[in-house]
Amino acid sequence: METTAVKKYTFRDFQSDQEVRWCPGCDDYVILRSMQKALPEMGVKKEDVVFISGIGCSSRFPYYMDTYGMHGIHGRAPGIASGVKLANPDLSVWIITGDGDAMAIGGNHFIHVLRRNIDLNIILFNNEIYGLTKGQFSPTSLVGQKTKSSPYGNTQPPFSPGELAIGAQARFFGRIGGNTPKEMADMFIEAEKFNGTSLIEVLQNCVIFNDGCFTQYTDKAVREDKQLFVEHGKPMIFGKEKNKGIVLNRLKLEVVTLGENGVSVDDILVHDAHEQDPTLHQMLVRLDYPLVTGIIRRFSDVTLEERENALTAEVKANSKFTKTDDLFFSGETYEVK
Amino acid sequence: MITNKIESQPEILEAVIIRFVGDSGDGMQLTGTQFSDTSAMFGNDIATFPNYPSEIRAPQGSLYGVSGFQVHIGSVEISTPGDNVDLLVAMNPAGLKTNLHSVKPGHTIIVDTDAFTKKNLEKAQYETNPLEDGSLGNYRVIEVAMTSMTKESLKNLDGLDNKSITRSKNMFALGMVYWMYNRSKDYTIDFFNKKFKSKPVVVEANTKVLNAGYYFAETLELIPNSYSISPAKMSKGIYRIIMGNTATAWGFLAAAEKSGLELFLGSYPITPATDILHELVKHKHFGVKAFQAEDEIAGISSAIGAAFAGDLAITTTSGPGLALKGEALGLAMMVELPLVVVNVQRGGPSTGLPTKTEQSDLLQAMYGRNGESPVIVIAASTPANCFNYAYHAAKLALEHMTPVILLTDGYIANGSAPWKIQSVSDMPEIKNNVVTEHHENWNPYDRDQETLARNWAIPGTPKLEHRIGGLEKDKVTGNVSYVPENHEYMVKVRSEKIKRVQNYIPELKTEFAEEGDLLVVGWGGTYGSLHTAVKQINEEGFKNIGFANFAYINPLPKNTEEVLRKFKKIVVCELNNGQFAKVLKINFNNIDIVQFNKIQGLPFGNNELIEKFKQLVK
Repeated sequence: METTAVKKYTFRDFQSDQEVRWCPGCDDYVILRSMQKALPEMGVKKEDVVFISGIGCSSRFPYYMDTYGMHGIHGRAPGIASGVKLANPDLSVWIITGDGDAMAIGGNHFIHVLRRNIDLNIILFNNEIYGLTKGQFSPTSLVGQKTKSSPYGNTQPPFSPGELAIGAQARFFGRIGGNTPKEMADMFIEAEKFNGTSLIEVLQNCVIFNDGCFTQYTDKAVREDKQLFVEHGKPMIFGKEKNKGIVLNRLKLEVVTLGENGVSVDDILVHDAHEQDPTLHQMLVRLDYPLVTGIIRRFSDVTLEERENALTAEVKANSKFTKTDDLFFSGETYEVK
Repeated sequence: MITNKIESQPEILEAVIIRFVGDSGDGMQLTGTQFSDTSAMFGNDIATFPNYPSEIRAPQGSLYGVSGFQVHIGSVEISTPGDNVDLLVAMNPAGLKTNLHSVKPGHTIIVDTDAFTKKNLEKAQYETNPLEDGSLGNYRVIEVAMTSMTKESLKNLDGLDNKSITRSKNMFALGMVYWMYNRSKDYTIDFFNKKFKSKPVVVEANTKVLNAGYYFAETLELIPNSYSISPAKMSKGIYRIIMGNTATAWGFLAAAEKSGLELFLGSYPITPATDILHELVKHKHFGVKAFQAEDEIAGISSAIGAAFAGDLAITTTSGPGLALKGEALGLAMMVELPLVVVNVQRGGPSTGLPTKTEQSDLLQAMYGRNGESPVIVIAASTPANCFNYAYHAAKLALEHMTPVILLTDGYIANGSAPWKIQSVSDMPEIKNNVVTEHHENWNPYDRDQETLARNWAIPGTPKLEHRIGGLEKDKVTGNVSYVPENHEYMVKVRSEKIKRVQNYIPELKTEFAEEGDLLVVGWGGTYGSLHTAVKQINEEGFKNIGFANFAYINPLPKNTEEVLRKFKKIVVCELNNGQFAKVLKINFNNIDIVQFNKIQGLPFGNNELIEKFKQLVK
């Protein structure tokens, strides 16, 4: 994409004239604002940006962006977005989805879009509940969670979006709290830069049906102690005092305290997001103390478009067909006089 | 050797129907294709139909493992592969048993006697050998030890294993049939030379066996002299033999080139539609983007995305796949993007009869979506005109900004026929509704006043950023709208848009009679069977019977009612339980419509049609 000719935008350039209709206090507003602030920093032309969504609260997102957009049908945004990107690889294509949209009704598309590695960006609004249908358990709801469709407690074990995604060969996976707009916007910019499918899970609080579901990790008072924000090339240190770290003990990640039992910074794992082998990334994704946020995996790989383009170029170079007439009149034809 | 005495008199035939049957591995498809191609090159009109088991490698010799290929050739116009055959070539007992009922009484059967072993007879569930028990008394049976003679003719050839030698016995059969019908072997020998260029021994073996069969037939004094079928009177031009599915794929290639758009196919494999995917994936040189998705829904979703992004987008499927695509098709209708959905119909419901033909998805195509969701529905009627209807489906989608469902069926999709090659330069123009520049008061739902097509603003175009989606939209801005009157207006405008397509499609024409006692009505792939039957009955003197084939079903041609009212009675012939008859009854009151339905996974037979028509005018 040409970046030189891009005019300088502000976040206002990306606000549509539609009134935003999420519930007051919803983290969706944070995500929207972060996106509108991140886009001017990406060096893409406004007319080249496309948001595609499925169904759910999150999927209203495209209506609020003054870009191209399509509010699709439940679970199918990956298919629609794949078609947009394959039709015009110059576009910056974003999928907006939620935990139900992506992992329940759209589960099949979700894993396959990750497997293929088309240069798309997926923002997964995970609130561990169905919001728009008013409060049923979702594929990320916890066992025992009481919802409108599980009044005595949910009996279906949840997916961990990151674990599922990396299992489906996601090359880029990031996780971010819904109340940290600055880091979120930075992550959106990184997702756009990444050549391949990038997936960002936003821990998005639903104030109405699942309020406080991530508070134990995201509340300002505990955030630094409960979250490890990983950065490529940096040791995995967290805590208000910056004195906790992660070490690998046999096949488990373990939290240690710097300065205790002779542990020093040198013993702490250094985050390597670029590693192809997903083993450690999977372990980080599964950790519940601390909860790992930041870009956990960012492995550069060949994209589907690159493979397709190479094949097309090769076929074109070796083909004697340039017009359909060449094909239609080729081979076994005969004349009736 | 011969059970019935054959008169050796040369015969001049207008047309002949031949069926080659054998085990899945006996090469019957190749044999049949060679015979039909050779006949086409000679100038005959032809129609062919393959019939193979759905099992990929069915057990050898079994009844359900029989593979067949039917060829209908003539010096006259040939519209169908025909039903009952003049010549059956049966390479084993199972092939004989499953196809004997299709041989016209008194006509010829060639069998490979070497295959009539005790074991094979048991597999074919014959208690006694039909070649010995007199059960074939009504036929001219030519018994030939094809396997042994094939082996004999190759005994001096080194470098071939036993299996390869035995496998070339189909060429012995082909050689015999070439002699019987006075066909040249040259085309097939050329074919060997090209196909097995790197294996000269295979070329030599096949050529030897083909010649052996040919000369065997010539010297076998009890085989009648070769039949003569003159070239058909076909319009001048360059032809090729084409399968329906290939013609469909090529129609889209032509439409993409003519419209200047890139072709995008989002698809998921399903019988009998997959060959369109197979064909289009080959054509990367034309910039075709063929995307095999994870399922039917992703197939159409990707096509909708590609349409949004400015490609000529299509998706291909068969009945169950169309059911899965229903919701997304509703979205495409709602966002008013151009999209062609090809449904190569097969026997339903549910998984139904995947390898058999049927016309039972008509009402699904018309109504199989939630809400008021009209789309254009058209149907191709012959293998060759799949090209034209695919082209026109694309044209209508682009010019009217709507999904179009193109219905074909297993019968015409797998059948092949001569196609007078059409150059893109001779095809009608394809316009589109692309808007490239912003102007004051531009809105995404601005409509063409004539067609009511909305404009097509494609991502990447400055200042035309807009949002579309499945929610009801404001009639001007396209923004989400729950205003009651707006919803009613939008439902009606989407309906009116489809109705106005009537102004852009050909009027309905009848053949054989413009008015009279009976109008035979069909739609889509039954064209050949119905045309042939009405033609025959017309030649027998029934000048009061007309025939109309509907290619445009939603909307119907403008003059439909006028045409129907010129006949006292309408018989709607369909390979379903009366779906198009329902459509006509909904649209037109007080017309005497009777139904003739066949729901056996098979095309109409000529005799059953003629009998029915005669009964209706009695």
